[in-house]
Amino acid sequence: MEEPIIQIKGISKKYVIRHENAPYKTFQEAIINAVKAPINLLKNNGREPKKETFWALKDITFDVNRGEVVGIIGRNGAGKTTLLKILSRITEPTEGKITLRGRVASLLEVGTGFHPELTGRENIYLNGAVLGMTKKEIDSKFDEIVKFAEVEKFLDTPVKRYSSGMYVRLAFSVAAHLEPEILLVDEVLSVGDAEFQKKCLGKMKDVSEGGRTVLFVSHNMLSIQNLCTRGILLESGQISMEGSITDVINKYLDLGGEQNGEVCWASPDTAPGDERAHLKAVRVVSEGRVTGVVDISKEFRIEVDYWNLEANGRRHVSIHIHNSMGVCILTSANYPSASLTPDLWYARPYPRGLFRTSCIIPSCFLNDGPHSVSVFINETLSDNIIVIKDILSFSVQDTGMMRKEFTGKWLGAVRPLLDWHTVQLN
Amino acid sequence: MSKNKTDYELVIKPKKGFIPVDFKELYQYRELLYFLSLKEIKIRYKQTALGASWAVLQPFLTMIIFTIVFGRLAKMPSEGIPYPIFSYSGLLLWTYFSNSISTAGNSLVSNEKLVSKIYFPRLLIPTSCTVSGLLDYVIAMSILVIMMVYYNFYPNISIILLPYVILMTFILANGLGYLFSAINVKYRDIRHALPFFIQLLLFLTPVIYPTDIGGAKYSWIFLLNPMSGFISAHRTCILGHTSLDVTGLLVSSVLTIIIFIIGISYFKKTESYFADII
Repeated sequence: MEEPIIQIKGISKKYVIRHENAPYKTFQEAIINAVKAPINLLKNNGREPKKETFWALKDITFDVNRGEVVGIIGRNGAGKTTLLKILSRITEPTEGKITLRGRVASLLEVGTGFHPELTGRENIYLNGAVLGMTKKEIDSKFDEIVKFAEVEKFLDTPVKRYSSGMYVRLAFSVAAHLEPEILLVDEVLSVGDAEFQKKCLGKMKDVSEGGRTVLFVSHNMLSIQNLCTRGILLESGQISMEGSITDVINKYLDLGGEQNGEVCWASPDTAPGDERAHLKAVRVVSEGRVTGVVDISKEFRIEVDYWNLEANGRRHVSIHIHNSMGVCILTSANYPSASLTPDLWYARPYPRGLFRTSCIIPSCFLNDGPHSVSVFINETLSDNIIVIKDILSFSVQDTGMMRKEFTGKWLGAVRPLLDWHTVQLN
Repeated sequence: MSKNKTDYELVIKPKKGFIPVDFKELYQYRELLYFLSLKEIKIRYKQTALGASWAVLQPFLTMIIFTIVFGRLAKMPSEGIPYPIFSYSGLLLWTYFSNSISTAGNSLVSNEKLVSKIYFPRLLIPTSCTVSGLLDYVIAMSILVIMMVYYNFYPNISIILLPYVILMTFILANGLGYLFSAINVKYRDIRHALPFFIQLLLFLTPVIYPTDIGGAKYSWIFLLNPMSGFISAHRTCILGHTSLDVTGLLVSSVLTIIIFIIGISYFKKTESYFADII
């Protein structure tokens, strides 16, 4: 079997954080400190006081095979960029060893090496060379780069006179025409307008499908899902999960703390309700797990658990779902005429005990974004037992459904998959 | 894309001890040196009204002031040649040297983005400054040629040493440029100390006055300053007005090599943390 193109073994990176003194409050203090600085330096024998070490990466080990497109996911400060910086040799690891079996190019920031005083043409050559292209390569790709960036008319204008859109377009375009065997990309697709982003994504897709090995860092799950086959989840400098990109994204989205997908009460004494019934819990369940983040292409369930305290009462459950704009997306209830399959407990006298009523929200239905749930339990249509507005919120995550052609925002309260047909009429 | 898939292997691990210069890699990146130097040249006189004439004006105006102050008023000796051509021939090389070390010394800091976002041999950054300065030298040389015609000076056989003198000055400027730029990454004091250092060094270099100014008793002092050997030799091999001080040139050359080795070693040793603390 062929050896992996990237082998990472036990990579750690330590940073030393120096605590600088509090900023000077007065000019006088600044002067006194300036005088004291050389004296202090002598006193401390040249050592700086107060140092703290911090491991940005700790014992990272994984292999990447030729042609794989790997997404690296993690919150800010998880060590993603540090990892790319070590791989691209910008900074050195403190421990460990990496073997690279191919030419590497890294794209950590769009437009690095651009000089504002130079013209577009001059910057293409300079930036290309900085990124590792030879003059011959740049010559042969020059027209393509210019065309992709749509700056033909401004080639001989200094880039400082460019609009910010033109600037990033040109910068991305140069970088996009790199042809290394290993490409490291850090969060660069978030530039330009929607139209250009789509072009960039398309270009990245070409790159990854062209058999090149790509390591891709982004906070945009949609583009990661689209481009990558494998995912690595970093958490405080360590690998917390490695596997198929879908699994890793799901794990990552689960980390979202603020909406954990469940509200519950341990005992009926503290729970909301009256002498007839008390609420126990409301939760969102997707693929068998309680979650605050649901995949747009997966169906999920809203469960309402409650204690019935009065024998022979009748309990009806209904919900409202609002989106982040406060628009009511739907109201629904377990009435037989409102349910696909009739709820067997509808209008039945309830014995005392714990009950669960749940409602299934179909896949490919809600639009992406945050939503809130309001819960109602009533005895008759006009007799509410429990009314709690916005008891729970959850977020619908775009994971690539309906994203083959259009990559912008789908407008509207819902985002259903519909049937489309065209016929020729003449 | 590469045709042969297994011919390339790169190992990244923490470097310890002596770090040798990777000449093979420097050679691979030679085109980048060209583009970086070109950038330095292009941006130096961008949005200036006089453009590249500054390369001439800088040493030329200094020469006029020196001629009035040191030549006329202070009656400085000048090895028996007219003071303007004496001082200009020194200033020409001095301007190259001082501009080179001051731009090279600040180069890593002013190219912070490149250092922290992209990998390439860092040595190219200060080197591009010393390379691009050579163009200014060539432009400013034109004035010396005009002055030589005016004062009736013709170079003799010793002119063949001129490339050697320029090369050694280039190496010295690189050595100091590496050292200062690397220190500058950690201690920004360099930014303040460097102009001061350059100014002091000018007065310790035979630009304004000849090396025999203090008599034979003090001429050894000049041997400690590598630039003095090059300034004198530069003047002699272009103007041919006196015999070449071979000892001075040799001592300067040896000092230059030592400084260069110190500079490049310090640079290589500290290179690994540039991106972390710049």
